[in-house]
Amino acid sequence: MSVELDVFVGNTTIMDKEVYQLWLNGYTVNDAVKVRIEGGVMEECEASAEVLLSDTMDQYRTFQMCERLLHHPAKLANQLLFQIPPDRQAMLIERYYAFDDSFVREVLGKKLSKGTKKDLDDVSTKTGITLKSCRRQFDNFKRVFKVVEELKGPLVENIRQHFLLPDQLARDYAAIVFFANNRFETGKKKLQYLTFQDFAFCAGQLINNWTLGAVDNMMEDMDVDLDKEFLQDLKDLKILITDKDLLDQHKSRVNNETSHPLSLVCNALRGKTNVFNEMEANFKNLSRGLVNIAAKLINAKDVRDFFIDLVEKFIEPCRSDKWTSIDMNLYLTHYTNSAHILDTFKHHAVWTRYMGVIKSCILRMYHD
Amino acid sequence: MPGKLKAKIVAGRHLPVMDRASDLTDAFVEVKFGNTTFKTDVYPKSLNPQWNSEWFKFEVDDEDLQDEPLQITVLDHDTYSANDAIGKVYIDIDPLLCSEAATVISGWLPIYDTIHGIRGEINVLVKVDLFNDLNRFRQSSCGVKFFCTTSIPRCYRAVMVHGFVEELVVNEDPEYQWIDRIRTPRASNEARQRLIFLMSGELQRKIGLKVLEMGGNAVVGYLQCFDLEGESGLVVRAIGTACTLEKISTFPATATHPNNSSPSKDMKEPGFGEEAPGVPLSSGPPTPLRAQTFSSFSPSKSYSRQSSSSDTELSLTPKTGMGSGGSAGKEAGPLKALLRQQTQSALEQREYPFFTLTAFPPGFLLHVGGVVSARSVKLLDRIHNPDEPETRDAWWEEIRQEIKSHAKALGCHAVVGYSESTSICEEVCILSASGTAAVLSSRFMQDGPLDTEHRFEEVVSPGCGFCHIPYDELNIPFPAQLTYCYCCRRYKVPDVLFTTIDLPTEANVTGKGCLIQARLCRTKKKAQGEGNATAISSLLPFLEYELHTQLMNKLKLRGMNALFGLRIQISVGETMLLGLASATGVYLTALPSPGGIQIAGKTPSDITYEQHISTMQKKINDTIDKNKELYEINPPEVVEEIIGSPIPEPRQRSRLFRSHSESSDEVSELDLSHGKKDAFVLEIDDTDAVEDIHALLTDSPTPAGFYSCNTEIMPGIQNWTSAIQMFTSVRVFRLNANLTNQGLNKIFSDLCENLLKSLYFKLRSMVPCCLCHLNFTVAIPEDELIQVAVTAVAMSFDKEQPLENGKQSGEKTLIKAITENDEQLQFNLELNAETSSHNPLSSPKGLSEVGSHLSARDRCSSWIEQLKLKAHTIRRGSVKTTSSLEKASPLPEGRSRSLRSNRSYSGSSVAVVKMTPLSFIPGAKIIKYLGIINMFFIRETSSLREEGGVSGFLHTFIAEVFAMVRAHVAALGGNAVVSYSMKECVFMENPNKNQAQCLINVSGDAVIFVRESELESTSVQTQSATTHTSNGGEGT
Repeated sequence: MSVELDVFVGNTTIMDKEVYQLWLNGYTVNDAVKVRIEGGVMEECEASAEVLLSDTMDQYRTFQMCERLLHHPAKLANQLLFQIPPDRQAMLIERYYAFDDSFVREVLGKKLSKGTKKDLDDVSTKTGITLKSCRRQFDNFKRVFKVVEELKGPLVENIRQHFLLPDQLARDYAAIVFFANNRFETGKKKLQYLTFQDFAFCAGQLINNWTLGAVDNMMEDMDVDLDKEFLQDLKDLKILITDKDLLDQHKSRVNNETSHPLSLVCNALRGKTNVFNEMEANFKNLSRGLVNIAAKLINAKDVRDFFIDLVEKFIEPCRSDKWTSIDMNLYLTHYTNSAHILDTFKHHAVWTRYMGVIKSCILRMYHD
Repeated sequence: MPGKLKAKIVAGRHLPVMDRASDLTDAFVEVKFGNTTFKTDVYPKSLNPQWNSEWFKFEVDDEDLQDEPLQITVLDHDTYSANDAIGKVYIDIDPLLCSEAATVISGWLPIYDTIHGIRGEINVLVKVDLFNDLNRFRQSSCGVKFFCTTSIPRCYRAVMVHGFVEELVVNEDPEYQWIDRIRTPRASNEARQRLIFLMSGELQRKIGLKVLEMGGNAVVGYLQCFDLEGESGLVVRAIGTACTLEKISTFPATATHPNNSSPSKDMKEPGFGEEAPGVPLSSGPPTPLRAQTFSSFSPSKSYSRQSSSSDTELSLTPKTGMGSGGSAGKEAGPLKALLRQQTQSALEQREYPFFTLTAFPPGFLLHVGGVVSARSVKLLDRIHNPDEPETRDAWWEEIRQEIKSHAKALGCHAVVGYSESTSICEEVCILSASGTAAVLSSRFMQDGPLDTEHRFEEVVSPGCGFCHIPYDELNIPFPAQLTYCYCCRRYKVPDVLFTTIDLPTEANVTGKGCLIQARLCRTKKKAQGEGNATAISSLLPFLEYELHTQLMNKLKLRGMNALFGLRIQISVGETMLLGLASATGVYLTALPSPGGIQIAGKTPSDITYEQHISTMQKKINDTIDKNKELYEINPPEVVEEIIGSPIPEPRQRSRLFRSHSESSDEVSELDLSHGKKDAFVLEIDDTDAVEDIHALLTDSPTPAGFYSCNTEIMPGIQNWTSAIQMFTSVRVFRLNANLTNQGLNKIFSDLCENLLKSLYFKLRSMVPCCLCHLNFTVAIPEDELIQVAVTAVAMSFDKEQPLENGKQSGEKTLIKAITENDEQLQFNLELNAETSSHNPLSSPKGLSEVGSHLSARDRCSSWIEQLKLKAHTIRRGSVKTTSSLEKASPLPEGRSRSLRSNRSYSGSSVAVVKMTPLSFIPGAKIIKYLGIINMFFIRETSSLREEGGVSGFLHTFIAEVFAMVRAHVAALGGNAVVSYSMKECVFMENPNKNQAQCLINVSGDAVIFVRESELESTSVQTQSATTHTSNGGEGT
């Protein structure tokens, strides 16, 4: 004796948010039923395990039937098969495209290729996220990447329009696409302390300031690739460290600024003489680090190491000197500004464009 | 040459990839009507082709227009090989042939393939230019309106009810033709689909002709069925009620609706034209609406204004029934008999005085006798001339005659709520017909007699009149216990009333109702031909008897005394018979309170046995008490005391019960703890009865917040919200071989119970809600399979019931009328907002108390609001407002107000189409009927596993059917389907071959509805924070 067939079809498609989440998380029907039973839905509604199983199977089937539409969210709105209220549609899409931070940290900056997909079982064991869910998230990344790769116009806006995602999620996807495209290294041990949101923030900065689209949004392909011309110009900044005079001048200006008696903050900083002294001692190293990063960015290989370089060349030394974020902010502000008043330094525009991003990235990446 | 059909193919979208190389499709379209075919150009390399074709014109007879569907085939052009078909769209152009229905079909329709399902959509435009044809001998019946609705459709009034129409057409089933051996499954399925389209077109045309002959202009309660007889053919048959309908003039001016089947909602709105909105508050004539309803129903020459106003007075005060009415009643006695004779003779002239209606215009239904049914078993391989309809016609005639004579035996001249059905297994076919014997008023009959008569009819209080026995009490056709009516105390009523109709709206009901089901399985020996038929025939009476017993017991167990919407389905398989009876139980105030159920043991010697019995008895008593509380059945004690004594009838407790003869009156009365009436005695003399009692007690109660019924409305629930959810659920259960009857019964019963439980669970977000029109269909698709399909609608309501004391039955109707008038949409909206913050599961009693306070206050405030509002509307003219998305969203939980999501979906081109098996949409008004939807689809697969197994396959198919119904309704310009039903769902599988096939037939009425809030208020807009374009607006 067995139920051979069991279906329920509503004129308005009934979808349970909780079951949807379980499905997205890659639970099997039986596991989902267990979770639901533990959740106490049975007592609440006087249902039996049998009823719960039937409902869960039914919902899973509905989601599977919808999945094909979710791959092209725009289709969901004008398909005829399921009558789903708009707010439900938005929920379905948003949750389908949502991802786990721990998962995205594993694949961020990796090529979204078959090879990476094959390694997902390792990612699954490492993160504790089911392989099914990993695959969905990975396929989402890949799908979004493929679509926007070919498109003109601002990256975030393209993603939002094609996948009907809410703003924040669209930004996150933009970051993922940007990282995948430029293959930024994020997996090194030294970068492990950084969260996805840290990287997403940096990606936002880079997209808004260092890509072609940042200067001229009539250009094609602009948001995904860095502005080559700008990268070329960055080489000119080398003068700041190669020219001995300039380097000294810069150092003294920064020191003067930070030690200016009228500046209250500086007073606070000076109070911590230890930090101040370290800063003075390290100035050359730090400055050299930042300028060298800039100068090397023209090479694709060095672009990949951008974040690791930032950490190694700047963040780590500062951290070992026990700087606070405030110290860091102050230092970088003065470091940027004082370069402009150097007599022989000409590359003001490039410097601003470079340091603006560097400063906000470092501040974000610097965890006290 | 009386018609020109024009079609234009605009575009396609979401087409499947037909060319693997390019991942694209070179699509073109063939448009075919009759024998004429047109083609569009090939639109190369696109999945979203824009053909934008010229108008293809077909000049055809209107006869063909009625019979043939417009057939649109989308193909993929292939230079080197044959063109591949992508799929087809059949368009029924019948709605375009009636001036009052749709004028154009325009929209995206799914392209359907019987093997692949929906494959993209096509945008078409179809119009018809019809020339007037006054030929008397014409074969067409264009312009006759068809309605699936089994009541007079809203926005129409019945001028005349002509009576029964039926027709039957037969054809060879393409699936069984020799050619089927060589053609593809697709070709065979398409041939079948097309044939059924043609046959139903022909059938409809023929019925239309009969209607015209009778002088009518519409068919109401149109019920069309297919019999897949197999080798002997394919039968399409239909029955309906011919009427002359008149459209109620333009809608803002309509003061009332001449319908009675609806729960008050419709009556609630005062039209703009009404003199003063204050009327319902005045204590004078309390139901001006009713008065108008009456007068609007008497357009026929025989009525004078005066008489209608006089009957108003009489009918308005139900107290006349008790007090002053006493004398009137006596006076009316002989006259009444006379008039009954007249009506009777009028009806007897008809071949079959049958009506497929289940709800009636006020004053039409006078008395109800009881359920009449007839069944017969036939052998399909004995049909002499299978291609001709004669034999089947004769079969049905036989059955109808039987029904007619049954009705006569009950002292009734008419049968209402009439329906016919079949169950076929191999060569055996069971034909069944059932209905409710009734006495009708002649006021809607063509040959209705004098105008004086109806006055006397109206004397009878509408709340109980229909319960009064139509038969002679000295000559009762079956053993029944008669008492004086508990409402008017003048006429006799039976102790229990079974009917197939909906509960009349004016009926006095105590408490709420509930779904009652009797389920039965009986094994049968495998047999062939004659022997098989005989075996089935001899089993049938037992099956019916037991179903009846079960129904009666369950009814008693719930403390109720009447069944409405009774539907008994008997399904035949090779080795078993299935019986399923569903009905809605209620407590009719007019009928006596049911006694309890008493268990008696046969062997009183054994003490443990006695104990066992007494615990069982206690259980039953507890259940009855619990049920009474649950369904709020607290009949007026006062009435009972007065009425209790003067009953002269010798007490006779005997109906159909297993052991009535054993028990003596005195003993049982001493033992009784329930009510003051006699109990029904169940004697446990064999294991069978023990099982029965167990089964009785295992029916689990509906979970908190849920109610269920299989009728249109639930007594005791009025304030529906606009949240409705129609659904279909199908289950197939595989049995083990060698089960006993009891084992089978248990399995079958559990199957139904579990299905209900699943439904309650699924719909838990809609609580408090009522599952209405729960329509179960059972089938035995294969030897060891049981299939149960349910279609129903879940409707939410507001817990705050402003009128929830059924103490004074007479006054109740008055109160109802008043409250109906003033608790407008306004009130509803406000309450809506409030309830959402309440915990819907908290104690119902507390809530209802709060509710009544609330409602009193709100009623006043809503009054003021409404006055203001009215002034506002008059000033602004009829301004259409938009309703909030929240209201339109069928899922109450989906009330999120994310602005973002709105923005991103504003481009959605899919209009929302509501579907419901009921004839109305709560909180909305149907302003136009666009025509009947009658669709037949076949789906087949040879990759069952890949499509998710049987469940995946059927799930997709049902969803596709819904989608196609919605799309066709939207293309007609509608935004809802009412009276929707899935009449056939034949599922066959062969998992070994990885194959399955399913046939589905659905029907309903396409309509345009407008939210009451849109009709009435402009201030709603400012009140609700989230206003969006209404669905209705999008749909039209």
